[in-house]
Amino acid sequence: MSSHETAQGVKWWNGGRSPFNLEYGKLMMWYFLMSDAFTFGAFLISYGSIRFSQNFWADPNVVFNALPGAGHKNLPLAFVSVMTFILIISSVTMVLGVHAGHKGDRKGVIKWLLWTILGGIAFLSCQAWEWHHLITGEHAVLADGKIELIGQTMGGNPWGRLVEGTAVTDALKNTSVQTLASMVHEHHADMNMTDLLKMPQDKLIGMIDLAEMHIREKGPIAFGGYFFGITGFHGFHVFSGVIINIVMLIMTWKGVFDRRGHYLMIEKAGLYWHFVDLVWVFVFLCFYLI
Amino acid sequence: MEHQQTPISPEMTFPQQHHSDEEFKRRVRKTTILLSIITVIELGIGLTIYTIHKGPDPSHMLVLMFKGMVCILTLAKAYYIVSVFMHLGDEIRNMIMSVVVPLMLFIWFIAAFLWDGNSYKNLRNSYDKHFEEKKIEQKSGGGH
Repeated sequence: MSSHETAQGVKWWNGGRSPFNLEYGKLMMWYFLMSDAFTFGAFLISYGSIRFSQNFWADPNVVFNALPGAGHKNLPLAFVSVMTFILIISSVTMVLGVHAGHKGDRKGVIKWLLWTILGGIAFLSCQAWEWHHLITGEHAVLADGKIELIGQTMGGNPWGRLVEGTAVTDALKNTSVQTLASMVHEHHADMNMTDLLKMPQDKLIGMIDLAEMHIREKGPIAFGGYFFGITGFHGFHVFSGVIINIVMLIMTWKGVFDRRGHYLMIEKAGLYWHFVDLVWVFVFLCFYLI
Repeated sequence: MEHQQTPISPEMTFPQQHHSDEEFKRRVRKTTILLSIITVIELGIGLTIYTIHKGPDPSHMLVLMFKGMVCILTLAKAYYIVSVFMHLGDEIRNMIMSVVVPLMLFIWFIAAFLWDGNSYKNLRNSYDKHFEEKKIEQKSGGGH
C-alpha cells in the first residue's frame, strides 16, 4: 500500500516539505542512530581484530556460566538469555506504547512506557550482577610457576588454556598458604578459613581435588577491556534510554503531548529504545555466542 | 486509508500509514514470536558449539560453520527489529536508502579489520628472530 503509491505525482524536492515525508526531529534521530551504529560497529570490529590476532581466545560458554542463586553450577548462556529476552520484551512494550500514541491513547502510552522502563531497569540490574560476579569471582590460574586466584578485570583474564599434570603439581608446591587455603575453602565451605590457614602446606595440597579445579593459564588481557568497555557503553545507552523514557512518561502524564496534538516525541524515544535492543543483538552475538 | 488524517507536521505531505489495530497486533505478535524463535535457535547453536569444544576432537570447520549460522540469524533479527519495530519498512524509499546505503561501509570495515588481525597473528607466529637475522647476515656477507 503506502508511500510508494501516495508518492507518485508529488514534486518532493520543490521545497516547503520534507522530501522524506518525515518530521525533522525524527529524521535526525535516524541519522544520529546511524552514526551511533558506526561507533558501536567500530568498537566491535576493533574487538574482532584483536581477537583474530590471538592464537587463543576463551570460549564464552566457559566465561559466562553463572546464574544468580545457582551457586557454582555450570549453566552456560542461561543468564544472558534471560537478559536478551528482557530487552526483546521491553522493545515490544515500546512498540505498543508508540502505537497507543498514534491513537492518542494517553493511558495506553503511560502503561506501556512503565513496562518499558521496568524492562530497562531489570536489564541494568542483570548487567550489574554479571559485572560484579565476573570481577569478584576468583579463579585459579597458573602464572610464574605458582597458582594465583584472580577475577576477570581490566588487568587480568583467568580464562586461558587448561593446564594439567606435573605443571600443576609443581606449581602447587610454590603456592602461598593463603591461596591454597582459599582454594580448599571453595570446595569445603564447612571448614573455617582461620583453621585452614594454620594447616601446613602439604596437607592443604592434599585436600585440593585437582579434577575439580580446572586450573588455567592467564588468557589474553584485552578481553577485559573490550568486554567491560563495550557492554558498559551499551549499558550506558540503556541507562540513558531509561532516563529518556522517564522524561517521556512525565510529559505524557502532564498532558504535554495531548496539548501538542501528537505523540511524535514518543516515536523518537521509541526509535532510540529499539536501537538499544538492536545493538544488544550484536553485542550478544560477538561476546556470548561466537 | 479509510479515514483521512491531517499530517501532524507541516513538513509532511502525507499522514504516515498507520495500520489498523488488527493488522498491527498481528504484525507485532508475529515479529515477537519470530525474534524469540531465532534467539532460542541461536542459544541452541551456542550450546552445540560448547559441546563440540568439550568433545575429544573439536572440528574447527564445524564450529566455524555454526558461528556463521549464528551471524546470519543475527542479521535476520536485526532486519526484523529495524523494519517492523522501528517502522523503517514503512518509510519512503529514498529515506530508507539514505540510512541503509552508508551502512554498506560495514562490509569493507569488517572484512578489512578481521583480515588485518588475522595477518598480524600469522606474522607473529611465523616470525623467527634468529632465522631472520641469519638471512640478513648472509645477504650482506654475499654483497662484499
